[in-house]
Amino acid sequence: MLTEEAIEQIIHLGEEEFKPENGARVVARAWTDPAFRQRLLADGTAACAELGYGGPQGEYIVALEDTPGRHNVIVCTQCSCTAWPVLGLPPDWYKSPEYRARVVREPRKVLHELGLDLPGEVAIRVWETSAETRYIVIPLRPDGTEGWSEEQLAGLVSREALIGTALASAPSGPAGN
Amino acid sequence: MDGVHDLGGKHGFGPIEYEPGEPVFHEEWQATAFGLMLAVPFNTGNHNADQYRHSVERMAPRHYFAAHYYERVLTGVTTLLVENGLLDHDELEERAGGTFPLALPVADNPMADLPAQPTARFAVGDRVRVKDFHPQGHTRAPGFCRNKQGTVLHVAPPFPFPDASAHDGEQRKEHTYHVEFPAHELWGADAGSSDSVVVDLWDSYLEGAAA
Repeated sequence: MLTEEAIEQIIHLGEEEFKPENGARVVARAWTDPAFRQRLLADGTAACAELGYGGPQGEYIVALEDTPGRHNVIVCTQCSCTAWPVLGLPPDWYKSPEYRARVVREPRKVLHELGLDLPGEVAIRVWETSAETRYIVIPLRPDGTEGWSEEQLAGLVSREALIGTALASAPSGPAGN
Repeated sequence: MDGVHDLGGKHGFGPIEYEPGEPVFHEEWQATAFGLMLAVPFNTGNHNADQYRHSVERMAPRHYFAAHYYERVLTGVTTLLVENGLLDHDELEERAGGTFPLALPVADNPMADLPAQPTARFAVGDRVRVKDFHPQGHTRAPGFCRNKQGTVLHVAPPFPFPDASAHDGEQRKEHTYHVEFPAHELWGADAGSSDSVVVDLWDSYLEGAAA
């Protein structure tokens, strides 16, 4: 039987429980704990569950590690599948026909339009969420963040950085200039 | 189905509208649509995830593009409730105070009759080609990679084969593979020489290719 309460519970999940701050914490942990990073890359689902994240659209999570030579970006061209538990429900731009159509064919141009200019020598890997794997990007840790706490580092990781249309932001202030 | 939902690589789309600090839901009805998206299958068992995805794909193209994402969600879920007799379309329109367009009917899907592939036929590093099939029913192999060759990067666990699951509900599982296609294989010589697209593909969609 379907009750209003059951619908409210789902809305609560989408508004309060599934959020990009969860994914930001996963990334910050991966930046500060090499053993966790290894576990995350070997079994993303189990590593996210260590921090309490899982559930619908998080049944099989694969973490994509950016390197100085390769940048990862996520899309779902046929609908709008996303790793809800760690990225949150996807924003309208991610669900738009424009993003879905274009990012697989012209990723560098799309990233430029969204404010991310990658050096020409950085290869771009676009991940099409066409089956049941759900992806999270582990962006590069910004320079000038040595000694930062996990919580401070998580504050540098936006939803866009977890999708791959932005980098983790550099710290402001003298150390980051 | 070779439907308008299969957008990857289509030309003619303009700039992406980006709203900084976008809320999860812009309007209350969108939250309700999201709630129904999960609460209906969880609590009524009316349909599975593949039947849901297919119901959205079956929307008339004009409606598909005119509708916000959450209107597509609502259309898909209500279509499946009407098709299974849990909702009455006339009553829906009466309560909506106007038209309430639903998705178009299901077509046949010959892919559902393919033999099951319960064991992984491919391994990391294998060269594969996506079969050149065009079923009228539900499938999850994007058009842009059909008949293209790539390399297996990762073997994922078995998941229900959507082409069968969306049509007869059969949950027969097959491995999926993260297959990397060089951009120039998909889009021609002008594409970024070092760029690539990785597509997550069920075993039945693939055949071996020469190294």
